Amino acid sequence: MNTTEKFLDTTVKFINLVAKVLPDDVVERLKELRENETVAMSKAIYDSMFENLDKAVSLDRPICQDTGVIQFYVRVGTKFPLIDEIGDLLYKATLEATETVPLRHNAVETFVEKNTGTNTGKKVPYIDYEIVPNSSNLEMDVYMAGGGCSLPGRSTVMMPSAGYEGIAAFVADTMVNWGINACPPLVIGVGIGTCVASAAKLAKKASLRRVGSRNPEPKAAEMEEALEKALGNIGIGAQGLPGKSGVMCVNIENMARHPSALGAAVSFGCWAHRRGTISFDKNMDYTLLDHKGVTL
Amino acid sequence: MNNKILTTPISDEDVKSLKIGDIVYLNGTLVTCRDTGHKRRVLSGIVPRTDLKGGAVFHAGPIVKKVGDKWEMVSIGPTTSMRMEKFEKEFMEITGAKIIIGKGGMGEKTVRGCVENKAVHAVFPGGCAVVAAAEVLEITDAEWLDLGMPEAFWVMEVKEFGPLIISIDTEGNNLFENNKEIYKESMEKEMAELSKKLKYMNY
Ligand code: SF4
Repeated sequence: MNTTEKFLDTTVKFINLVAKVLPDDVVERLKELRENETVAMSKAIYDSMFENLDKAVSLDRPICQDTGVIQFYVRVGTKFPLIDEIGDLLYKATLEATETVPLRHNAVETFVEKNTGTNTGKKVPYIDYEIVPNSSNLEMDVYMAGGGCSLPGRSTVMMPSAGYEGIAAFVADTMVNWGINACPPLVIGVGIGTCVASAAKLAKKASLRRVGSRNPEPKAAEMEEALEKALGNIGIGAQGLPGKSGVMCVNIENMARHPSALGAAVSFGCWAHRRGTISFDKNMDYTLLDHKGVTL
Repeated sequence: MNNKILTTPISDEDVKSLKIGDIVYLNGTLVTCRDTGHKRRVLSGIVPRTDLKGGAVFHAGPIVKKVGDKWEMVSIGPTTSMRMEKFEKEFMEITGAKIIIGKGGMGEKTVRGCVENKAVHAVFPGGCAVVAAAEVLEITDAEWLDLGMPEAFWVMEVKEFGPLIISIDTEGNNLFENNKEIYKESMEKEMAELSKKLKYMNY
């Protein structure tokens, strides 16, 4: 197998894994939430979720029928040997995985308004690139963006006088009004930026950060914890029915802003948070960062 | 709470006794129908072969696989019911479906539909698609395949399909709407407390 084939083959297998096995940090947190749950209805739902995770492995099937729009967040070294081919290869890997996993056909061409039937389309799979200078490696997150959890995402620009409490209120309002249909317990990614686009991008990045990780800026970390607690206390449990806590985590990503603008966005992940991170070296040998002890 | 099994065709009597929060399981025929299917049924006059009188409808877009000349259910789970709010009432009126299964709550119009047509809305735990697929005995028919795999009209035989938590009953009680009020109240309390801690702006 040459390096191109090796990259393609590994990526297809990795997409398969992400569809069927949740990352370690998510499973850990779900276990914790299940143990802490006291409301009967919410407990019953956690039981179904864990039965489902077991069956996904034993029957070799995707955890959720909505295998989402496939998204790749790529951090590519400028010296990575396949840098010119990544886009094509990720497209091919998506096509192939759609057949073999199998994945649901989730690409509807806009304006034409027709399902392409291949799970690919214009800019789908969605690929986000970051350049890493002087590196010959590639690291990427694969994420399956389900419809239910994509639906409640929101981005806005506030006047700075709204303050961080304004951002918190925006996030809480979005969660209570729309997020409850996104299969809680939820991963809540918050972006604080300078315009609608930068905030949205940061919110997405935040939602892809590991559960339990903290923003290095102490005040941001403090806000993550405080918001996590407050949203948890609302009393929304699994599936938006009453329960102990419907929050898996609150992750915040931030940047500098224009003096007159405070961009804020929120992006949700559902309990079936199908995210995985893989890194390739220049020989296309891989390491799995979120699925310890798994070989593809 | 009472746990019970509903068998299709479901009668008015069967559903009248159900209250929000009850957990039920389904035996018999279940069909999938979601966004475009609802729109087609209500607006176009195209009628599927499968009769839905007393039937059970699932807001779901499954993953299916063709094995020989049969379809096999790989993975099936509920999708957000609210997206069907616009057409559900008319859909119930035209078809006579008795239980609508999905994810999350539905609105005022569907509540009226449930009261007038003696029908209920129930939720299946979202994302538990392998559990659900294991409760599907077989796919007996596939209609409207031109709409694509998620939107097609899949007809299935199911056994003890659930848990289904009743979220709108025939008396017009709405579990999710009731909860929403409670959540909103506690959200305001929590946010008032939290905002004291988030005074990071300089002045
Ligand atoms: S929100 Fe997530 S778990 Fe729920 S149906 Fe969508 S993809 Fe599946």
